[in-house]
Amino acid sequence: MRRRAWDAVGIALFVVLVFPVYWMVSTAFKPDDEVNSLTPTWFPTSPTLDHFRDAMARPYFWDTVRNSLIVVCAAVLFSIVLAFLAAVALAKYRFTGRKLFIVAMIGILMLPPAGLVIPLYVVLARYHLTNTLTGVTLTYLTFVLPFAVWTLRGFILGIPKDLEEAAMVDGSSRVGAFVRILLPLVAPGLVATSVFAFITSWNEYIFASVLLSDQSNQTVTVWLSYFYGTSRNTDWGALMAASTLTAVPVIIFFLLVQRRIMFGLTSGAVRG
Amino acid sequence: MAPDPAPHAAAVAAGAPSLGSRRRRPLDARRVARGAVPYLLITPVVVAIGAILGYPLYHLVSLSFQRYGLPELIQRQGSWVGLDNYRSVLEDRIFWDTLVRTVVFTAANVGLTMVVGTLIALLLLRLSTPVRILLTSGLVLVWSMPAVVAVQVWYWMTNFQNGVLNYILTEVGFGDYFQHDWYASTFSQLSMVTLLIVWGAIPFVTVTVYAGLAQVPRELVEAAQMDGAGPLRVFRDVTFPTLKPILLILTSLSIIWDFGVFTQPYLLIGASHVDASNYLMGVYVYIEGYAHSNFGRGAAISILMLLMVAAMSIPYVRRMVRMGDTA
Repeated sequence: MRRRAWDAVGIALFVVLVFPVYWMVSTAFKPDDEVNSLTPTWFPTSPTLDHFRDAMARPYFWDTVRNSLIVVCAAVLFSIVLAFLAAVALAKYRFTGRKLFIVAMIGILMLPPAGLVIPLYVVLARYHLTNTLTGVTLTYLTFVLPFAVWTLRGFILGIPKDLEEAAMVDGSSRVGAFVRILLPLVAPGLVATSVFAFITSWNEYIFASVLLSDQSNQTVTVWLSYFYGTSRNTDWGALMAASTLTAVPVIIFFLLVQRRIMFGLTSGAVRG
Repeated sequence: MAPDPAPHAAAVAAGAPSLGSRRRRPLDARRVARGAVPYLLITPVVVAIGAILGYPLYHLVSLSFQRYGLPELIQRQGSWVGLDNYRSVLEDRIFWDTLVRTVVFTAANVGLTMVVGTLIALLLLRLSTPVRILLTSGLVLVWSMPAVVAVQVWYWMTNFQNGVLNYILTEVGFGDYFQHDWYASTFSQLSMVTLLIVWGAIPFVTVTVYAGLAQVPRELVEAAQMDGAGPLRVFRDVTFPTLKPILLILTSLSIIWDFGVFTQPYLLIGASHVDASNYLMGVYVYIEGYAHSNFGRGAAISILMLLMVAAMSIPYVRRMVRMGDTA
């Protein structure tokens, strides 16, 4: 009996929490008169794709999507390869300086990006890397690399040691054991880490907005932030369509990996 | 590669670099090579981090002692001014006002996030399975929203002309919010930013706390209830002690994130509306240093800010290192 009341609270809470997401998507599908009406239309009665067409036809949308993809993929691929090596060192070896290395990785992750804007900008300007995708990719490594090292370390630790040892007793060398046993087992972790790193970099705003001044050079989040222009004459329908387009790949990816990654930042505290 | 892999694996497993019986043998090439392996493995990351972060941070320190604006950026040569930048920042009222505002803002955001997030996690325990799955999916959906997108949606919902929030509040009977401008005063602006941040941060807290609740021993809760303890008492004496480590980690993470937040306040208040009356630390350092091209003074503010965040991070980093050490 009591459960019914709690369920009602739960459903009400769901409605409140999800409403902004719903409002974004439903606005994107509404015709302009419904969007601009003083009385909101709760459900789009005559859905239209006009706003999506409009948003995609805006200058620089596809350029900035392409730029985001280039920067994000470069940063993630480079980081995953380098981070995997370091993660193996952390998970499989004890060595002097190991603790310092861990402190550095976690400490770097805690640094607020706003505090790093000036040094990164000034140093990149010195090497003529401002307003280039290479420069932005380098700044993304500052958070993707430590994140990938720490998360991959957890995934490698999760592999049972006896599996690896069994392979070596079978006569495989350490490298052979690594390639045949460890790599397939850690592959899901590699994918999850890459996808999560992809999301974080795709969502990044401050570094990209500081470093990329040409509109055709910007990333899609920066493009979206400039969308409305003058605040009193916003094309809300198109803005929400653009927002939806920016968010959809992230949402899909996030739903795929959320379970695997969520303990990365707190794991150990939850371990039984 | 190695003819005797088994003892080596055992040595690694035991966490000892060499076995006792081998200690007296002279260092042969293979053992040296083996000891070098972890260092070779971390070298690429160390070099990369050193180049992209270490060098800029070193540069940041030296910038903070120089006059360094646009002309100096072009000539790549600043002029040494000693502690002038720090003096100018620390004597600036705006810095102290911003600091106080940021501390209050952080306290409000972290407090709200933690309390509401934990309450929702406790609620999840009492829901029937379908409703629990529904609410959890909703939380994950909210969690996945990119910050810049969330800002735009928030801005649309609270806009002056026909924001749906104004409509709902008026209809429900909270008063007349028709064409109410939520961005008219500092308090109102920052309240909107707080709503946005708390909304976005709740899912992480709730899902993590909920996972932690699974660790609370069922028998203990039942025993306490049998002894006549009410729900509050059970929470205080049984649930809370189990959750404490998780809550501490989540609180310190939230403090660190909210103190340095930039994207939400900068974009929601709007690039043309952020000024000394509504600065938070992240926005302040960005405007004073980067936007005004006063890199030397900005560097001094950056260093002060980074030091404050570093101090706040100590408990969290410590805990994570202790966990990392058990590997």
